[in-house]
Amino acid sequence: MKHLWRLTAHEAHEGLRRREFTSVELTRSVLERVAEVEPTVNAYITLTAELALQQAKEADAKLAAGTATPLTGIPVGIKDLIVTKGVRTTAGSKMLENFIPPYDSHVYENLRRAGAVMIGKCNMDEFAMGSSTEHSAYGPTRNPWNPALVPGGSSGGSAAAVAAGECLVSLGSDTGGSIRQPAALCGQVGLDPTYGRVSRYGIIAFGSSLDQVGPIGRDVEDVATMLDCIGGHDPRDSTTNPEPMPDLRHYLGRDIRGIRVGVPKEYFVSGMEPGVAARIEEALGVLEGLGATVDREVSLPSTEHALAVYYIIAPSEASANLARYDGVKYGFSDRSAPSMWENIEQTRAKGFGTEVKRRIMLGTYALSAGYYDAYYLKAQKVRTLISREFAEAFRKYDVLVTPTSPTVAFPVGAKVDDPFAMYLNDIYTLPASVAGLPAVSVPCGFSEGLPVGMQIIGNFFDEGRILQVAHAYEQASGFKNQLAPIGDS
Amino acid sequence: MALTRDDVLHIARLARIALDEAEVEQFRAQLSGILEHFQALAAVDTEGIEPTAHPLPLANVMREDVVQPSLLRDEVLANAPLCEDGYFRVRAVLE
Repeated sequence: MKHLWRLTAHEAHEGLRRREFTSVELTRSVLERVAEVEPTVNAYITLTAELALQQAKEADAKLAAGTATPLTGIPVGIKDLIVTKGVRTTAGSKMLENFIPPYDSHVYENLRRAGAVMIGKCNMDEFAMGSSTEHSAYGPTRNPWNPALVPGGSSGGSAAAVAAGECLVSLGSDTGGSIRQPAALCGQVGLDPTYGRVSRYGIIAFGSSLDQVGPIGRDVEDVATMLDCIGGHDPRDSTTNPEPMPDLRHYLGRDIRGIRVGVPKEYFVSGMEPGVAARIEEALGVLEGLGATVDREVSLPSTEHALAVYYIIAPSEASANLARYDGVKYGFSDRSAPSMWENIEQTRAKGFGTEVKRRIMLGTYALSAGYYDAYYLKAQKVRTLISREFAEAFRKYDVLVTPTSPTVAFPVGAKVDDPFAMYLNDIYTLPASVAGLPAVSVPCGFSEGLPVGMQIIGNFFDEGRILQVAHAYEQASGFKNQLAPIGDS
Repeated sequence: MALTRDDVLHIARLARIALDEAEVEQFRAQLSGILEHFQALAAVDTEGIEPTAHPLPLANVMREDVVQPSLLRDEVLANAPLCEDGYFRVRAVLE
């Protein structure tokens, strides 16, 4: 009964189903683990221990009644831009320090209906703008593998919580890599679903043509279970795919003989750590050993432009989305000046952190008169080129494999004052985001003692295929359920 | 693309963010540097290429025009910094 927090969600489900322990016991174990490591990790902005124990009791009743789902009674972490009725939701910003949502997001509604247990709201870069979780108004999250290092971002709290045993699975959001990159840097599995697979109803908006919610877990089966719960059509988000969700379980455990893997050479450029390159090469060898064909000569020439395209489009969309924070309807409000306009300017000056201001400024510039064609419109056109190259590649390959991040976790403070150096962390995750394609990061070993992630990109709504390859790799490599060595228990 | 101090103040005004002097200089230097990296896009041939606003081929998703339940006014206004008689309250817009 000890250390139940070490279980994956599917292991815990088995234990709950067989009455080996209750959800209340499992939840208590996780909360004890939180008490032990949270002072170091800071994975959560708000802990909801009381609510969790209440939900665990309800889950135990469902389990007893035989109406349980695979997530009933499972402790989860929820990124703090996913609105939760009655539970403070800050998006990592001072702007929303006291915001209590009057409604539930689609994804949390689905998790609640499934009987999941919410441990708390996970720390993040403010409004999901960042790659290190240092841009949080609630202090940085630390990497559980080494607290001197960042966990990646922006879903750094969601990834660190899973890695440290502070929940079994979590939800993050990915706009340009914000699920995959922290999952890689924390040694976990992170899935960014196809744009339109998961409803954005109740997700605090950053870049609306890019944002997507997805799971982080300790193995592939757990992220598949989470996507199965949160995915599908929702009339409240008109961009969700009206087609029904495929049965993801059908793909797990299937062999990958004959699967065509493409490796775009543009991803293997200067700036990648040798340890990362070596792990990816070994992983490709494992895939070949499993019967996949690997073509290392794929070319996606527009890849190099994805960074500029993304860092024009995402800030442009953000500058419009974040216009709503005016200190009038909700959130932080500075009313020290005598006029309404000054109130708004002071509210935004004091409520937003530096990176958020920088991106609003960048996006405002790119959309402003005289610059729109040169920046925003040009970026949208190059976005088309990037998408076409992927479409062409998926005529020949079932999946594309790349590193998730050019480096392993880096020290807290190392890049925080150099915005462009921080943006370069996303160089391998941005292209799939720009094209709206699904991609998963799976652990593929270690470099200098720190986790390395492999990214598997799939075609539109082909999450099943990338999870099939990820699962086959995970089973063969043994890189799964990697709890970070932190704490005494 | 080097921005001037006036450019930064103009953008800040459009974005309705008050900046202090240190921020004006910081953003001037940083945004200029970032925009410099974006110059490579200018050389990409996009003749005849349509812009992508959205990655999926979905357009004009409709539903029946029937009244749906909405959020309760009191619950929504509970988050408002200032409200009165069921309205948000702001300072005078016109002087």
